Amino acid sequence: MMSTSLLQINQIHANIEDKEILHGVSLEMNPGETHVLMGPNGAGKSTLGHVLMGNPRYTVTGGNIVFGGKDITKESTDKRAKEGLFLSFQEPLEVPGLSLENFLRNALRQQSENPIKIWAFHKELKKALGVLQMDESYAERSLNVGFSGGEKKKAEILQLMLLKPRLAILDETDSGLDVDAVRLVSQGVEEYQKKQNGALLIITHSTRILESLHVDYTHIMANGQIIATGDGSLVDRINAEGYESIVEAAAKGAMK
Amino acid sequence: MSEKGYLEDFDTGFYDFRNDEKDAYKVDEGLTPAIVEQISKEKNDPVWMQQFRLESLQIYNQMKVPNWGPDISGLNMDEIVTYVRPKTKMSAKWSEVPEDIKDTFERLGIPKAERESLAGVGAQYDSELVYHNVREEVAAQGVVYTDLESAMHGDFAKMIRDHFMKLITPRDHKFAALHGAVWSGGSFVYVPPGVSVEIPLQSYFRLNAPGAGQFEHTLIIVDEGADLHFIEGCSAPKYNVANLHAGAVELFVGKNAHLRYSTIENWSKNMYNLNTKRALVEEGGTIEWVSGSFGSHVSYLYPMSILKGRGAHMEFTGITFAGKGQNLDTGAKVVHSAPDTSSYINTKSISKDGGISTFRSSVVIGAEAKGSRASVACHSLMLDDISRSDTIPAIDVRTPDADVGHEAKIGRISDDAVFYLMSRGISEEEARAMIVNGFADNVSKELPLEYAVEMNNLIRLEMTGARE
Repeated sequence: MMSTSLLQINQIHANIEDKEILHGVSLEMNPGETHVLMGPNGAGKSTLGHVLMGNPRYTVTGGNIVFGGKDITKESTDKRAKEGLFLSFQEPLEVPGLSLENFLRNALRQQSENPIKIWAFHKELKKALGVLQMDESYAERSLNVGFSGGEKKKAEILQLMLLKPRLAILDETDSGLDVDAVRLVSQGVEEYQKKQNGALLIITHSTRILESLHVDYTHIMANGQIIATGDGSLVDRINAEGYESIVEAAAKGAMK
Repeated sequence: MSEKGYLEDFDTGFYDFRNDEKDAYKVDEGLTPAIVEQISKEKNDPVWMQQFRLESLQIYNQMKVPNWGPDISGLNMDEIVTYVRPKTKMSAKWSEVPEDIKDTFERLGIPKAERESLAGVGAQYDSELVYHNVREEVAAQGVVYTDLESAMHGDFAKMIRDHFMKLITPRDHKFAALHGAVWSGGSFVYVPPGVSVEIPLQSYFRLNAPGAGQFEHTLIIVDEGADLHFIEGCSAPKYNVANLHAGAVELFVGKNAHLRYSTIENWSKNMYNLNTKRALVEEGGTIEWVSGSFGSHVSYLYPMSILKGRGAHMEFTGITFAGKGQNLDTGAKVVHSAPDTSSYINTKSISKDGGISTFRSSVVIGAEAKGSRASVACHSLMLDDISRSDTIPAIDVRTPDADVGHEAKIGRISDDAVFYLMSRGISEEEARAMIVNGFADNVSKELPLEYAVEMNNLIRLEMTGARE
């Protein structure tokens, strides 16, 4: 039977310089699903996000990534994005002189075959800015330059809302945000998911961003591997018990 | 002689023969008073101008070729007359225009008629008509906008005689002297007191004028309280058969007057661009330079401002992009010679594919310029490991009562930023072009929209290597 999954990560090994960070990670996601990836610091969660997006800093030394039925393990980052993959950066970069609006318009132009309709684009941009309660002047400002941490994260979600990928990886989008900002970012993410039936892979330490989302699967990552997978209730367990017991249980299981 | 024998002799014989011919040639190719007199006659110069040319020639022959900047030994000074009077007429054939230039015209989307004109080919061109209309329009405000040759014989003859090469004298340097001797073509603008010229005047309209683009002279006088924006050149590569450009630009900014002088220069890449530009600013006046240097093989270009009156102000916003085979030495100079004057120099330079970009600045604050402020900022971007970027600032302050700041930064495009843009579906090439265009944003913001668009296209072209 043909697989209908959106993303299949098969036994991925990845290095930064000569150090292996991911030691055989496998994960499968279907369209519209929300997966949460948790785990202690240094577990390799962000690395997995960057490897999925094709960051040239990392070298894949084994395994493969299939997205939308296509092996993208060796694809360039821009091609992956065009296939519908998106990464919300933990630390978005600043590009002086490139306005957020121009950037988005350029990105849309490169992604679609058809010329973009400028009025429709403006309307959509304005609406998304409204959802995130961002002042319209942000569109004119240089991309992320002089943005606060929270504004940068909002700008990432703004891009998500306009670019409409099939799968969005949110790399600690909620970290460092105050309660109100988390709520707004969640609203943006919800809107994306509702409209696009978009899939989400949420890398997070906290559960605040998950409150308004239905979580299908939770994965716990430690030492470059996924050591446990469960449903949404696993998040609650971790909230109550922390990672330690799960990591220990997994270690015992591995010894058997 | 058999063909075989000829081939065997080829190595030694051929080159000896070449040298012989070159030496014989030399005698004929020097720049002589007779040649200068002939140029003067053809131009129908007034007597004073003819004399001025001959004096300049003398100075030219006495002065040495500058040796402190990029190498210009590719210019054969012994054959200077071939640069001054190229054997090939300026109106070359379209078929002889180099492919890379044609290609760039194509990519910039310049209509065929204009392309031919820009390449010095077509004689008939709509710009003549546009130029005529603009002249009519500004003339209604009392503004004079004409070519310098005819202005020398009209109502403004005295004004021209009083100002011509008074700011840039033939003694400045060898190429200023050469300019004085053989200058040809160019613009004269006079804006009467209190007049604001609504539309920017563009030398672009005058590109077809004989000699434009080689030794052209621009003389602009903005009288008290008047306001003008003048735009020189355009972003399409100007192709000349002769590869020496030694123009001169003299700007006189009156009391409380305002002049903005914008240039986007994109000479063909065989060009030695040894241009001289200078502005004299009276009390309360402002000169603003906006300068983009993209073309030429070698450039020496440092527009200078003399802040002569109290409270005079200058701003210089520039960008230089040196690609493969280019050595572009650019910058700005300012002399503060009155109290409360201010200057602000902000430049960006980009080097790529082995290009060399040098930023040279000179700020002089005289003892009399109390309460003056100067600020110099130069940011350089190197796009690879084989390119070079240098900053040579000189600051000379003669009064303790002055505020001078200097900042230089050299950087590269961060791989992380490229990855970030690519993660939104933007190709690597486009991502780099977007980052470089962003870097150049302070210059494009200062340009009229159509020029800003052309400049961005130009950067994109340079980035994609279309002009290599």
